[in-house]
Amino acid sequence: MSRDEITKNVQEVLEEALGVDPDEVTMEATLTGDLGAESIDFLDIVFRLEKAFSTPDKPFKIAQGELFSENLLNDPELVADGRITEKGMAALKEKMPHLDFAIIEGDPQVSKLPELFTVKSIVDFIERKLDA
Amino acid sequence: MRWMWIDSVLEHDPGRRLVAIKNCSLAEEHVHDHFPDDEDGPADPIMPASLLLEGMAQTAGILVGSLNAFREKVVLAKVVSASFQDEVRPGQSVRYEAEIERADEAGAAAGGVISRWDHRDGGWAEIGRVDLVFSHLDHNRAGHRFPDENFVFGDNFRTILRGTGLDRLA
Repeated sequence: MSRDEITKNVQEVLEEALGVDPDEVTMEATLTGDLGAESIDFLDIVFRLEKAFSTPDKPFKIAQGELFSENLLNDPELVADGRITEKGMAALKEKMPHLDFAIIEGDPQVSKLPELFTVKSIVDFIERKLDA
Repeated sequence: MRWMWIDSVLEHDPGRRLVAIKNCSLAEEHVHDHFPDDEDGPADPIMPASLLLEGMAQTAGILVGSLNAFREKVVLAKVVSASFQDEVRPGQSVRYEAEIERADEAGAAAGGVISRWDHRDGGWAEIGRVDLVFSHLDHNRAGHRFPDENFVFGDNFRTILRGTGLDRLA
């Protein structure tokens, strides 16, 4: 599947899951900030992505925490005083290589993490996973 | 008031489908407020669509809960869509046919068709469709702690399940 096709499918999934207009779903749009997603929408988005990218002979399965790994941040070793520790940053990068951590590297506040979840990050995630 | 918006489970195809029924009665207080005799006209008792939605959520919630023998705390996380084409009035019955679309350890997507039986003309007519997402609370804590006991599938639900043979799972 080409990147354009992946992008189109991801955009449709987000339009339906979040009730947003097609022109809002730009590659740079953040899920929570720009598109108004709440944490529970992530489960819906994961289900819809699985459906959109599954084929009869090849199911597309996203494990819990593979795309949105929120639970990682409950570990006190990985987060201290609202900031992601060095160890935490390494764990996040390993767990979610589809995110562009450069955005928060200078100021790794947990509250900034949602800024990394952009439409592009989902397209990157799907592309990486389909290629694997 | 007991927050039970289904009366009985009619069918259960494990992991796939659950059908429940609800009889709407004039003895239910809420239909007298929805809508009362006022300046807009005479009383017009109708089962609120929000409670039809709740009925489907309970039906689908039991179906999702039965996947893991009611060990998970299954909570309604999102109403993906809900559409209603017609109303339910006292003396009519409602049927909820819930099916699971997807399920994993984090939660499940489930929902289905709501139908109405009118005793005067006899026969089920589809009146709505609801799609829902359920979350398994203990897998989505986001730092919050919840009690160990399963407060979702409490005594009220056990009463419904006992009459259907589903309690053997619980």
